[in-house]
Amino acid sequence: MKAVLGLEDGTVVKGKGFGAEGIAQGELVFATPFTGYEEALTDPSYKGQILMFTYPLIGNYGVSYENFQSDGIKANGFVVREVCDHPSHHKSKGTVHSFLKGEGIPGISGIDTRMLTILTRNKGTLRATLIAGDDDGEEAVRLAREQPTISELDLIGEVTSAKPYKIGGTGKRFVVMDLGVKQNILSCLSERNIDIVVVPADTSSRQIREYEPDALLLSNGPGDPLQAKNAISVVRELADEMPVFGICLGHQVIALALGARTYKLKFGHRGANQPVKDLRTGIVHITSQNHGFAVDPDSLSGTGLHITHINANDGTVEGFKHESLPILSVQYHPEASPGPRDAEFLFDTFVKAAEVPNAKTSGYR
Amino acid sequence: MPKHPDIDKVILIGSGPIQIGQAAEFDFSGTQACKSLREEGVSVVLVNSNPATIMTDPDVADITYIEPIRSDIIADIIAKEKPYGIVAGLGGQTGLNITTELAEKGILDKYDIQVLGTPLEAIYNAEDRGLFKQMIEQIGEKAPRSEAVSSIKDAMKVMKELHLPLIIRPAYTLGGFGGGIARTKSELKSIVERGLNRSRIHQVLVEESVLGWKEFEYEVMRDANDTCITICNMENIDPMGIHTGESIVVTPAQTLSDTDHQTLRSAAIKIIRALGIEGGCNIQFAVRDEEYYVIEVNPRVSRSSALASKATGYPIARVAAKIAIGLTLDEIPNGVTKETPASFEPTVDYTVLKIPRWPFDKFTTADKTLTTAMKSTGEVMAIGRTLEESIHKAVRSLDIQMRFGEWRGDEIEELLRTPTDERLFIIYHALRHGFNMSQFEELGDVAVQRTARVVIPTEFQQLQSLRDFNSEKIAKLTSIDPFFIRKIQNIIDMEERLRKRMSVDNLRMAKRMGFTDERIAELTGRRREDINDLRRKSGIKHTYKMVDTCAAEFEAKTPYYYSTYETQCEANPSDRRKVLILGAGPIRIGQGIEFDYCTVHAVLALREEGIETHIINNNPETVSTDYDVSDKLFFEPLTLEDVMNVIETERPYGVAVQFGGQASVNLAIPLEKELKRRSDLDTVILGTSPESINIAEDRYLFSNLLRKLNIPQPDNGSANSVEEAKEVAKRIGYPILVRPSYVLGGRAMEIVYDETDLERYVREAVKVSHEHPVLIDSFLQGATEIDVDAVSDGENVLIGAIMEHIEEAGIHSGDSACVIPPQSLDDDVLQTVRDYTKQIALALQVKGLINLQMAAKDGRVYVFEANPRSSRTVPYVCKTVGIPLVKIAAKVMIGHSLEKLGYAEVKDIPYVSVKEVVLPFDKLPGADPILGPEMRSTGEVMGIDRDFARTFFKAELSAGNALPTEGTVFISVQDDDKPAMVSITKKMQDAGLKLIGTAGTARYLKEHGIQIDVIKKIHEGSPNIIGRMRRKEVHLVINTATSKLSLKDGYDMRRAAVDFNIPYITTIQAAKAAADAIDMAKKGKMTINSIQDYQRELL
Repeated sequence: MKAVLGLEDGTVVKGKGFGAEGIAQGELVFATPFTGYEEALTDPSYKGQILMFTYPLIGNYGVSYENFQSDGIKANGFVVREVCDHPSHHKSKGTVHSFLKGEGIPGISGIDTRMLTILTRNKGTLRATLIAGDDDGEEAVRLAREQPTISELDLIGEVTSAKPYKIGGTGKRFVVMDLGVKQNILSCLSERNIDIVVVPADTSSRQIREYEPDALLLSNGPGDPLQAKNAISVVRELADEMPVFGICLGHQVIALALGARTYKLKFGHRGANQPVKDLRTGIVHITSQNHGFAVDPDSLSGTGLHITHINANDGTVEGFKHESLPILSVQYHPEASPGPRDAEFLFDTFVKAAEVPNAKTSGYR
Repeated sequence: MPKHPDIDKVILIGSGPIQIGQAAEFDFSGTQACKSLREEGVSVVLVNSNPATIMTDPDVADITYIEPIRSDIIADIIAKEKPYGIVAGLGGQTGLNITTELAEKGILDKYDIQVLGTPLEAIYNAEDRGLFKQMIEQIGEKAPRSEAVSSIKDAMKVMKELHLPLIIRPAYTLGGFGGGIARTKSELKSIVERGLNRSRIHQVLVEESVLGWKEFEYEVMRDANDTCITICNMENIDPMGIHTGESIVVTPAQTLSDTDHQTLRSAAIKIIRALGIEGGCNIQFAVRDEEYYVIEVNPRVSRSSALASKATGYPIARVAAKIAIGLTLDEIPNGVTKETPASFEPTVDYTVLKIPRWPFDKFTTADKTLTTAMKSTGEVMAIGRTLEESIHKAVRSLDIQMRFGEWRGDEIEELLRTPTDERLFIIYHALRHGFNMSQFEELGDVAVQRTARVVIPTEFQQLQSLRDFNSEKIAKLTSIDPFFIRKIQNIIDMEERLRKRMSVDNLRMAKRMGFTDERIAELTGRRREDINDLRRKSGIKHTYKMVDTCAAEFEAKTPYYYSTYETQCEANPSDRRKVLILGAGPIRIGQGIEFDYCTVHAVLALREEGIETHIINNNPETVSTDYDVSDKLFFEPLTLEDVMNVIETERPYGVAVQFGGQASVNLAIPLEKELKRRSDLDTVILGTSPESINIAEDRYLFSNLLRKLNIPQPDNGSANSVEEAKEVAKRIGYPILVRPSYVLGGRAMEIVYDETDLERYVREAVKVSHEHPVLIDSFLQGATEIDVDAVSDGENVLIGAIMEHIEEAGIHSGDSACVIPPQSLDDDVLQTVRDYTKQIALALQVKGLINLQMAAKDGRVYVFEANPRSSRTVPYVCKTVGIPLVKIAAKVMIGHSLEKLGYAEVKDIPYVSVKEVVLPFDKLPGADPILGPEMRSTGEVMGIDRDFARTFFKAELSAGNALPTEGTVFISVQDDDKPAMVSITKKMQDAGLKLIGTAGTARYLKEHGIQIDVIKKIHEGSPNIIGRMRRKEVHLVINTATSKLSLKDGYDMRRAAVDFNIPYITTIQAAKAAADAIDMAKKGKMTINSIQDYQRELL
């Protein structure tokens, strides 16, 4: 099958199509882990994006259908150097090709993905169109240019759950606001016996109060945090009523709610090797990350938020804590999947913070 | 700055000579460590006995001792230098073992020396098999069931519990040395016995077998602040049961899911934390589906860490050295990006393949089975964007004659089951031609089950499932994951496509899979040149991608490249004046670390001259492939096509072939031909012209040259057939020296004593033909062999040193101990040697290095050969005489004159320096430990002192042949040698040594007034010599033999000496030197002087 990838800057790359025939639109973003394509493709944070793995051999261990981070593929398209036709793994139930085909997602392979990574690094994230089944480069570029930017899209609405649901537990009750939550965040909480209520992104603070939660967790999710209008106002309203935790998009939402600003990174952090330094201990943890926006550190003064973690590579904000309220939040993914589990202990920190007597009303005061 | 300002001076222990299990990787890590520590203002005292290393260059450490790596000598050095601390984890197993020994002997306490970096306790917990297992279980991880034992009896007990087969792993050894797989009770006994002998603490682990499981490794680092990172993981394509150093290894792991990978990664981090390592370590896992075991931890830099450094660009040793003095990972900059810290995990966007290089082309009788103990001497690494490309590149980097399709169908199955050095090619063969399927039924089900899960496009279904079946079967027999077998199948499929149809599309596809133009030409029945022209015309050009630790996420400053066929080339050539230097490739016998030394020196010299200098090389262990040595590093195979690609992209004005040894010299003529053909390129070959190289290499032309110059040479001739050979031999007279033309390290060279032997050699050993004539030389029995290293600019000649061999002519020069200055040659002979050197160098118009081999007999000097290139003695000469010969050669090569450079003569040295070789027999069961015209040694050591006897003693000590100053010497020599033994044994007797000998030898010596007891030979019944050796009642063996018959006779004895770790001597000259050395060692103390101090004496 023919395939072509066109970028808004006019770059055209022709390769071999795999997965479903069709057109995929979105920002072209690159991710740098060797493994974890099943988890990444099903990560709702990739909604609205065409995902490219920098590691050239993808699909070696097949697809197990056991590591989904949502109900199916969320990335709009998939770009790789080589896709494996003959996977080998005891859990493999099929190839990446058949996986994408089954989900109706187009892919392109056989192309110089490193060239595209360097292009993205130099020019910043570019809008792209992937056509599988045809190789009309001009058409691909035209479509790439015509599409809206990621900040103009309401992507959360496409990935949040339609209705609230519960995952019972014997411990404290967490309301998780689903901005595109990864399955493993819920699993990590469940493993700690948390009584989970997952609510859609448009749930009001009144509705949340009705669940009598011990804490509120804002999940990861796709797109520009400014699009998460309801979540921002919910945090604003509940911040002094209960512990509030955030992961990734949720982290940016908390920052916005408390008056800080966010901005778009040139090309984001997407990988399993991002070093995060805990400023309190000096220890560096290797984390899994997937974000294109970040919190502006200069905008934090006066919000009561203090930076607890920074990215050791570029100094961007990776975590903060409120000076008086039980608000803790990180930009990276402690739930991994894919990626290293070094920071999974953060869930214990969340649980502990929710267990502080009177945390619900008085915070740390 | 170190964290503690008290850390002003540290002692670093190198790893000694190159041997199987320990190649150039510790020169790479040690050199990095020296640089790294000195950057922080810490002064470095280095001890290493290996002169061929960059780290022992006088400007790498502050104070350098080229001395035996022995705790008594290091204690003297510590007493003299008073360092603050010792860094244990950077000198390989040797450094680790010495550190623990120094601690146990109380030397560290006595001088208040701190162990920096990884603490002693961590070393014990990782190296002591019992403690290790306990620690692993404490943290909730699993190790295979095992018992640490210290006797054969206990091992037998363990066998009853754990059942055969069992794995035996000696504690504190190198390269799995002394261990093995026991499938029977008697194998268990013999391996345990050998292992106990080899272990520093007389302990082996007897372990439940996980043969056939997959093996994965993690390179992990930790700092004092408890930050832990993994540098990379590696997948051994070969299963458990084959030492990782013997396995084909790919990085990153290919067949682990993210869940699998994270599970192992988390376990690795847990382990490094539990051990409390500060620095780096390597952790090995055995994996089968969901199950895994922790197999081993190496709490130090290793060959794997060198591979990981080169594979990712992350300088593990450099960072580990800084951690040792208290810095934390986030305080250390990432040298590649310059802007990000070292506290991150590298990621790559290519695949890296390592293939070991085995010495079986040299040791035809050695057991070629790959097992848990290492047998390979070196390795190659290749980088590609596809695994097929990496495989192709790695295989052509090996510099071996590939044997495709020489196996019988019924052999294949057994060969697939039993791993040898040829397994990759056997798999290829089996896939291509199929093989007898005795196990058809048994394997049938598995194949069907597995292939059922694979989605196959319908049009190929039938054909493909047949292939899958074949792959599955091979996977089953080899325990290699079918994923990798498929990749080889892909190569075969591509070959078929090319055979059927040559199209631009197929050509592009083939290039992206790593096929060479030459191979494509072969498959399509065309000429290499035509394929080359066609693909360039079609725009199918190589591109260079950068190794940058981060998959292009950040802009990297590192000039480290590999080739691939993509669209964007990142080489970005400058318009500066450039030179490309060809490296030496994998460490193999005859082509050792010495040539890497020369490559690095040439680079440094040209950079000093302001020339942009590039390296092309494929050996991951070396300093030359450290990315900050050259202006650009091309990590590539060293074939004509790969070198031409660099030339095409970078357009250097010159390319240097003389530093990488014979392998790179062999490229001179093909390169010149191709450069002539490619009129678009004006690159020239620098230095000595290819025509001159050809004269020196071609025995016939060289012989004519000597005749013209009136220089004596051994009577010689060449033959194209058996009959011709017999005629020539008759004319010259036996014994003769026979060899094929164009040799590397004396491959297939033999001394032949009679016609029957000659016939066998010519017919079988070298398969004489018109293209491959056999060269026949008269063998100068009893002559003294001489080596000369010199530099010529075409007008003047600078003689670096004349070396006198300790063994007589007939032993390969690479295996002979030698001494500077010569001890027995008179001035006339030396003057003749100088004259001949000058005459030959000038006649060949040598511009650069030249090495000559000569022999003196009865006052007459004969010339054997001239090599217009670097030699394996050059580093030893440079260290001894304090003159940078290679740098001078490099500068001469680009047009400077010796006169302008200010070098006319080398001063005589007021001390003595001996080079001794290290032989691999102990690592190669079955190989006959005897020296001959075929080179055997893997590396060398240097001894330096005030007189020959003490120097020789030191050199032997460094080479692992500690000469006894008390105990028993066993002597068995051939009749010709008996007279000379009288004075030798007299000296030993006077030194207080007890003598025993075989009946004949003892009788002769007794008759000459020596006290000696008779001991039985093996076939004479017991008690015999082997028993005495086994009981450690013999401390030195002197056994000479040169005739074919006694060679076989003495084999068991020599082999026993090797297996029981007893120093042995096989030449009368060495015996004499040993007697002098023992005598002197009894009388006086060794001199402890740094190389910088010795060289100051020359100013």
